Amino acid sequence: MTEIWHAFTKSIELLISLDPEVMEIAGRSLRISGTACLLASLICLPLGSLIHSHHFRGKRALINIIQTLFSVPTVLVGLLVFVLFSRAGPLGVFGIILTPTAMVIGQMILITPLLLGLTISALSGVSKEIVDTATSLGASGFQTVWLVLREARYAVLAAVIMGFGRAISEVGCAMMVGGNIKGVTRILTTAISLDTSKGELELAIALGIILLFLALIINIVLNRLQQR
Amino acid sequence: MSLIEVVDLRHSYGEREVLKGLNLGIGKGEVFALIGPTGAGKTTLLRIIDLLEVPGAGEIYFDGKCIPRSGKQRLEIRRRMSFIHQKPQVFNLSVYDNVACGLRWRGEKKNRIAEKVDHILEMVGLEGYKNRNARTLSGGEAQRVALARSLVLEPEVLLLDEPTANLDPISTAKIEQLISYVARQHNTTMIMATHDMSQGQQLAGRIGVLLDGRLAQTGNVTDIFRSPQNEEVAHFVGMENIMEGVIIANNEGIAMVNIGDDAIQAVSSYPVGKEIYACIRPEDITLALSSTQSSARNSFQAKVTRVTTLGPLSRVEINCGFRLVALVTKISAEELNLQAGGEVYATFKATGVHIMERKASQ
Repeated sequence: MTEIWHAFTKSIELLISLDPEVMEIAGRSLRISGTACLLASLICLPLGSLIHSHHFRGKRALINIIQTLFSVPTVLVGLLVFVLFSRAGPLGVFGIILTPTAMVIGQMILITPLLLGLTISALSGVSKEIVDTATSLGASGFQTVWLVLREARYAVLAAVIMGFGRAISEVGCAMMVGGNIKGVTRILTTAISLDTSKGELELAIALGIILLFLALIINIVLNRLQQR
Repeated sequence: MSLIEVVDLRHSYGEREVLKGLNLGIGKGEVFALIGPTGAGKTTLLRIIDLLEVPGAGEIYFDGKCIPRSGKQRLEIRRRMSFIHQKPQVFNLSVYDNVACGLRWRGEKKNRIAEKVDHILEMVGLEGYKNRNARTLSGGEAQRVALARSLVLEPEVLLLDEPTANLDPISTAKIEQLISYVARQHNTTMIMATHDMSQGQQLAGRIGVLLDGRLAQTGNVTDIFRSPQNEEVAHFVGMENIMEGVIIANNEGIAMVNIGDDAIQAVSSYPVGKEIYACIRPEDITLALSSTQSSARNSFQAKVTRVTTLGPLSRVEINCGFRLVALVTKISAEELNLQAGGEVYATFKATGVHIMERKASQ
């Protein structure tokens, strides 16, 4: 119990003193997961709209598959990216393995099903009458899609923040494709993992508290937006 | 030349055939009311005219051009129309953004949009609500936003689907006032679906009665309400007295009609022996305590069987050998002391009786 208390005071210390190493790690975590989340959103929001607004054979099955992939293990995604981008792999020429870029790609793949699935269900919450109203007011197909996204903006935003949460909290993929290289690919979760195995429990817990602190801020933002 | 021409329109939802071969022409600047009971296909017809739905079969011509079943042209034509739905669906945006969206979609310039939106919001009496989220408005206010959102586009054709259903009388009056103002101001062609016949009567130049997927009758207000073409239309437009009869004499357009054991006089050119329906609007029957000398040709002694109050009016069921329903003001019902079992004289003019053909099979 004292360990946790020490860890807590240490985490406050680290936060207040703006410990450069901790700040660098936390910053990198935010940067990598933020980028992954942004890029995944840029893909998933339009793609989700497209899937939602079109009727085609196998749509239900596709949505089922997407929802199943919500629970894809992070290490499996890590393995996939590793196989694809390792020096000998089919995309090895890019030489991005063990770089933040590989981590961004891994996290993007990881959260894409979640973002896509939640976007589709967010858009399903917009009534057909709203779509009809927009159409009869002269909206083109694209304008209607944009309006529907705006109508569902809080639910869509919640999806994006969920995706970000999954990205920043995962460790398996980041460890496998990033390698936890100090000053290059070390992020909060991989640092916690390393510190724990080194026996530096206080630092590990402190970093964990910082991660949770980031999650708290994200949740506050989410709640604010949903209450509007 | 009709602005909108609907030719042999058919449409089904699954197994259910909603429109069964419908033909209709609407002239430029015309205000046309579609009346009919719920489920008759009014909304479906409006949705197809607004190009929200592709009909199962049949064609629609807009301004003389046949509208294709898909493609960009549909959007262009749809942008010349505007549709006000029964339940106003406001977007989860400010009132201003709600009203501005149609103009933005048409690529209108920002300052022009601001000008137009401000003007229209003033017109519908919502100028102070610009920055309110439209979802927080009351039903009547939301319907006015929906109306403003459509009117600001200055559409050539305005389609209204029960625009005042679910609204209180004051909001209804406001909306009706706006609709007729716009119709006159901009010479807008309007097609309005309603089951409120007084609204159809008040706003429209021409009325179409839609019954079970078919236009049973179109005509001006007097035609529809005074001279329905068949029993269904007569029922729907409030002809409460519909009696089977036979013409037994006809003297230069004044016919004697045998109804049960009695005979009434009516204006009709049908020959003797013709099987007909005699229809009398309940408000065309006057009730009195004594037999009065008047120009009315039909006067019968009757027994009151039932009196019900309908707001300012009283609905009086009487029996004078045949059953009749009369509508009198509540005050006169009180003055005549009308009660079930009482005696009364019922009088109606020969011109107040509408005669329509009874098909042999009926």
